[in-house]
Amino acid sequence: MGDHHHGPAKGLGRWLFTTNHKDIGTMYLWFSFCMFILGGTFAMIIRAELFQPGMQLVDPEFFNQMTTLHGLVMVFGAIMPSFVGLANWMIPMMIGAPDMALPRMNNWSFWILPPTFLLLASTLFMEGGAPQAGWTFYAPLSTTYAGPSVTYFIFCIHVLGLSSIMGSINIIATVMNMRAPGMTYMKMPLFVWTWLITAFLLVAVMPVLAGAVTMMLMDVHFGTSFFSAAGGGDPVLFQHVFWFFGHPEVYIIILPAFGVVSQIIPAFSRKPLFGYDSMVYATASIAFLSFIVWAHHMYTVGMPVSGELFFMYATMLIAVPTGVKVFNWVTTMWRGAMTFETPMLFCIGFLVLFTIGGFTGLMLSIAPADFQYHDSYFVVAHFHYVMVAGAVFSMTAAVYYWLPKWCGRMYNETMGKTHFWISFIGFNLTFFPQHFVGLAGMPRRIPDYALQFADFNMMSSIGAFIYGASQILWLYNVIATIVAGEKISDEKVWDGAEGLEWTIPTPAPYHTFETPPKIDPAHAHS
Amino acid sequence: MLRFSDKPAVNTAVNLVAVAVMMFAFVFVVMVPLYNVLCDALGINGKPSGQSYTAVAAKVDESRTVTIQFIASNNEGMPWEFAPTTTMMEVHPGAVNGTVFQARNPMPHAMVGQAIPSISPARAAPYFHKTECFCFNQQPLDGESAAELPLQFIVDQDLPRDIGTITLSYTIFDVTDMAGAAVATR
Repeated sequence: MGDHHHGPAKGLGRWLFTTNHKDIGTMYLWFSFCMFILGGTFAMIIRAELFQPGMQLVDPEFFNQMTTLHGLVMVFGAIMPSFVGLANWMIPMMIGAPDMALPRMNNWSFWILPPTFLLLASTLFMEGGAPQAGWTFYAPLSTTYAGPSVTYFIFCIHVLGLSSIMGSINIIATVMNMRAPGMTYMKMPLFVWTWLITAFLLVAVMPVLAGAVTMMLMDVHFGTSFFSAAGGGDPVLFQHVFWFFGHPEVYIIILPAFGVVSQIIPAFSRKPLFGYDSMVYATASIAFLSFIVWAHHMYTVGMPVSGELFFMYATMLIAVPTGVKVFNWVTTMWRGAMTFETPMLFCIGFLVLFTIGGFTGLMLSIAPADFQYHDSYFVVAHFHYVMVAGAVFSMTAAVYYWLPKWCGRMYNETMGKTHFWISFIGFNLTFFPQHFVGLAGMPRRIPDYALQFADFNMMSSIGAFIYGASQILWLYNVIATIVAGEKISDEKVWDGAEGLEWTIPTPAPYHTFETPPKIDPAHAHS
Repeated sequence: MLRFSDKPAVNTAVNLVAVAVMMFAFVFVVMVPLYNVLCDALGINGKPSGQSYTAVAAKVDESRTVTIQFIASNNEGMPWEFAPTTTMMEVHPGAVNGTVFQARNPMPHAMVGQAIPSISPARAAPYFHKTECFCFNQQPLDGESAAELPLQFIVDQDLPRDIGTITLSYTIFDVTDMAGAAVATR
């Protein structure tokens, strides 16, 4: 790197007008952490209410607003922007590009997010309260029976969809056009691959979600009847349109997590990733299959048997590429010179818990059995095993793994490991018992429950408070690292880490790869 | 991939915007109509077949009887009194049957109602033919007046033999505000 570079601008303007991928990545990461805390606060209110049977702390209406906002904020505010932030930071550094392809659009796709979530959160204080139809906002709950805040909610979904689409277009344009010479597609780090595929999924399905909320808007305000039987429409149509978006959406959340794990496990096993090619093909297969399985979320809606069978078999098929990935990660560790630093611990935690979540998903895919599981706490347990132990654990691993590179300071390893173990225990204490209460018949999204579920719910609540508190430790560790962590200057922070991002100085300079790096043609993927 | 600019990244971006716009349009021009077509064709959701029925040489199958149950309910906020005059009929497949529903508007002002049918089990929907039905049209009623709503139907001779009971349910909706606007007339 040369020495003539101008550094970042000073003051607030640096952040408002920045087009630097590292600044924008940082803002995405901090924003998503704020949303993680906000969504976590909603979860704490839910678990506090469910600590004991009976109505204790909040009204049922407010409880419904909490479940709705918890889901929306975590999915759209915490998990998705966090991975976009990671993509912004890492993709240019991993493919040897100086910045993202469309830096000004990059600025926009971040800066429309905070006002949107401010607006969404402000519905809590409006007359009639925040949306309360659940994060899936099924019609007619979200149309005929919705409060006035539904219009704000629709606007928010439109804007954050726009942000996601712009972010994805930027990522695709970067990966397709800005790779360093010699960086062929099959040499890209797996994180770049999974994000490329994720970005295509986003461009394909975020407009479908926009279409669904547009139809809601027209039903609510302009007298159409897309979802109202009175005018010849059908509420079941909403479910089909929503899940046509919603199922690819869950892979949008988990594929970048797969990418992160595929970077970190080889680094701490000191072996190249096993089965790189099969990882790429498995990711693409999962993405394709995600478009033809949406109705497994609605087995109980009254489909013909042939439909149930099709969606059941197609869903089960997803276990094959997912299994390929899990076995590849395990095989990568096999006979590796493994060490267990915090990022690796979170990745192994991911691997174990995500596999449990995958198996419960397989159980849910069985149409006749799903009639028992549908809308029960079993489903809640399942998707938290894949969303929290899948996406959030891998995101945590990513922060610990790359934070020393970003700020040139080492985090406190003891505190990091403590964070992992408290998280791991807290998480399992929260969600493992929910399998049992779900199978025993406890429905999801209710503020009160039958007495026989009391013990397991109390365990769940205690686990949730532990898990929630452990995130404060994480926040403290990150801030302490940035402010006063032990300074490091090795380009390679981790001795087993491979990839272009480890060839630049530590901390990563404001501008990197303004002259493209040389890629050794004989060198395999990183 | 279409080319718009000398900058390859801009070309990629413009093409992707086109994909996004197409997916948005896809919801309205493909998903919604396709859903309705599929529901009609397969009789899903108990939606009766939209095709007109041409009576097949009215041969009444007297070897079996099918029980037809009638249910009437009001959509939320609909104040009409709405009920079948007979709740149950025993019919032979192939025979033309008739019954009457009663509706009364207890409100002081005129209103327009629309009845939407649903057949259960859904598998029977393609074999239940309505030759005359008040649900084909909107039903205007003056304030505090009543009307008899006629229904004529034929149960198809090809009705699977394991179906012994068919339930025909009507929900009446208040479409006063929408009257005049295009509404489904099935």
